[in-house]
Amino acid sequence: MALIEVKNISKVYGMDGSETVALRDVSFDIEEGEFVAIMGPSGSGKSTLLHILGFLDHPTGGTYRFDGRTIDEYSDNESALVRNKKIGFVFQSFHLLPRTSVLDNVKLPLLYSGIKESYWDDMARKAIESVGLLHRADHEPSELSGGEKQRVAIARALVNSPKLIFADEPTGNLDSKSGKTIMEIIQKLNEEEGKTVILITHETDTAEHAERIIKIIDGEVDRDFKVNGRKRAATDFSK
Amino acid sequence: MSLLQLFKISSGALIANKSRSALTILGIVIGISSIIMVMSIGKGAEGLILGQIQGIGSKTISVEPGREPKGPADFAEMFVDSLGDRELDALMKKSNVRGASSFTPFVIQPMTVSYGSETKRGSVIGTAPDIFRIFDLSPDEGTVFSEDDVKSLSSVVVLGANIKEDLFGLSDAVGEKVKIKNRTFRVMGVMGKKGQVSFLNMDDMIIMPYTTAQSYLMGIDYFHNIIVEAESEDLIDETVSDIEATLRELHDITDPEKDDFHVNTQADAAEIVGSITGVLTALLVAVAAISLLVGGIGIMNIMLVSVTERTREIGLRKALGATSEDILTQFLLEAVILTGAGGVIGIGFGSLLSFLAAIVLSQFVASGWVFVFPLSAALVGLFISAAIGLGFGIYPAKEAASKDPIEALRYE
Repeated sequence: MALIEVKNISKVYGMDGSETVALRDVSFDIEEGEFVAIMGPSGSGKSTLLHILGFLDHPTGGTYRFDGRTIDEYSDNESALVRNKKIGFVFQSFHLLPRTSVLDNVKLPLLYSGIKESYWDDMARKAIESVGLLHRADHEPSELSGGEKQRVAIARALVNSPKLIFADEPTGNLDSKSGKTIMEIIQKLNEEEGKTVILITHETDTAEHAERIIKIIDGEVDRDFKVNGRKRAATDFSK
Repeated sequence: MSLLQLFKISSGALIANKSRSALTILGIVIGISSIIMVMSIGKGAEGLILGQIQGIGSKTISVEPGREPKGPADFAEMFVDSLGDRELDALMKKSNVRGASSFTPFVIQPMTVSYGSETKRGSVIGTAPDIFRIFDLSPDEGTVFSEDDVKSLSSVVVLGANIKEDLFGLSDAVGEKVKIKNRTFRVMGVMGKKGQVSFLNMDDMIIMPYTTAQSYLMGIDYFHNIIVEAESEDLIDETVSDIEATLRELHDITDPEKDDFHVNTQADAAEIVGSITGVLTALLVAVAAISLLVGGIGIMNIMLVSVTERTREIGLRKALGATSEDILTQFLLEAVILTGAGGVIGIGFGSLLSFLAAIVLSQFVASGWVFVFPLSAALVGLFISAAIGLGFGIYPAKEAASKDPIEALRYE
């Protein structure tokens, strides 16, 4: 059984005549441990797809199965729990809380996890260590570079040990050197820790770090293919 | 997620915006501190006035001429001559008023007293020796006059502490002669410092037998007041009705509405004072309540701005696993912490100001003024401020909880 099973899902915004179709008849499976890039130009519907896959939105048609259950079988609170425990989000614009230390930012998902508070510090520090920023734990986001901010965001996504990482244009706001570091970390997460990674990007270069690319154009799957000559962030990332 | 953890998040967010939080709660701080001040000063004033009333004992009953003053038009009633020796004699008959232990006539008039070249303005009280016991006055030097002095119209006086000090300074007054209206009086005694009793400053009084004061100084044959003491507090009501019955019979009055005298008990006086300060306090509290309402609206405003401003934060929290209830509770708690803190600061600030006011008032206005911490008002204030947080925080909190995480994350 695949971790993610998408069957003929569609998403239509608006109603009565002024309908906008964001997704049309999209189907694919993603196995646990895969590194998939969802690629497409802006406005192609890839963000809508990410929101649906990430339990932030519901499709208007078709079925989305996560971990064997369709999204409609999850209550609102269960959806929140999935976002908390099974999914880690990394956003293009980092979304760190201002005036809040790196440590507290990384702890944020733990607040909603039901895990005892006495474990929070250790868990957060371990996650920060894994992105190599332990020396910055007490700094505030405003004191960090863009690349460092994104590494904090990755630490936050990892703190609850989710099996699935969503990275939404993670290098979009970064210079090429920082972007390379971020892609390196993401590849490592997939290869060394077995995390399933879904990367959203509009850049072919970035997408080619994945094992497989699902290309979305105008809300439809245009191509779904294995990457030949996959890029290694450690050697040849370019932007 | 536990309330304690939510409390930490909420207070953390407020501390991160220190100056805004402080400005937001200013309205609540002012509202609560004015309530505390009003209550504290009101209680202080009430305590002061009640202290004066109770200074003359709870068993005393005051019989005054004229009908009970109900407004400015009744002012002249204070000068009615309906209480004289005839009335006093009738009241003193045991068969008429059964529960009374003493009757003390009382006349008072402002006058100037002189010793050598020194003159001093004060008030002459003409009364009977029982007054010293009733008012709890005792002479520092010399003695007080006796019933015999009353009967024989002796020209003797007991001086209040200020009068003595101004006329004699540090030298001895007892045995000396002072002049009032060109008559000579022998100083029998000098009272210690006493301050106010029953709204009269005893230190500015010249006390003498009422017969002497009536005949030689005031030229009247009636009393301004007869102070009656009941044998016990239980007998007060009975004594009052005995007094009323006796005087009505003596004056042929059948309709109580046409009484030419009125009777006050200490309980009556305390009740009147209580109701006056009660009304004043209620009015002032109403004004303070309006400021609290305005403060509450201010909180709601700022919370709404805060919710909009933190749209991204809300979306992020939801994406990271916060439920709508988590968000609702967080923002509601922020409002309650804000107003609760405003309440606590207001209570502290109001208490401090009332304490300072009490010091100033006791120095310059009334020496018996004591600072009262209005515990009940403080508790009510704390409760009200928390309730304002809940009441005015619920709408912004609902707004926050209903935000769509996608919209919220996209919001720049």
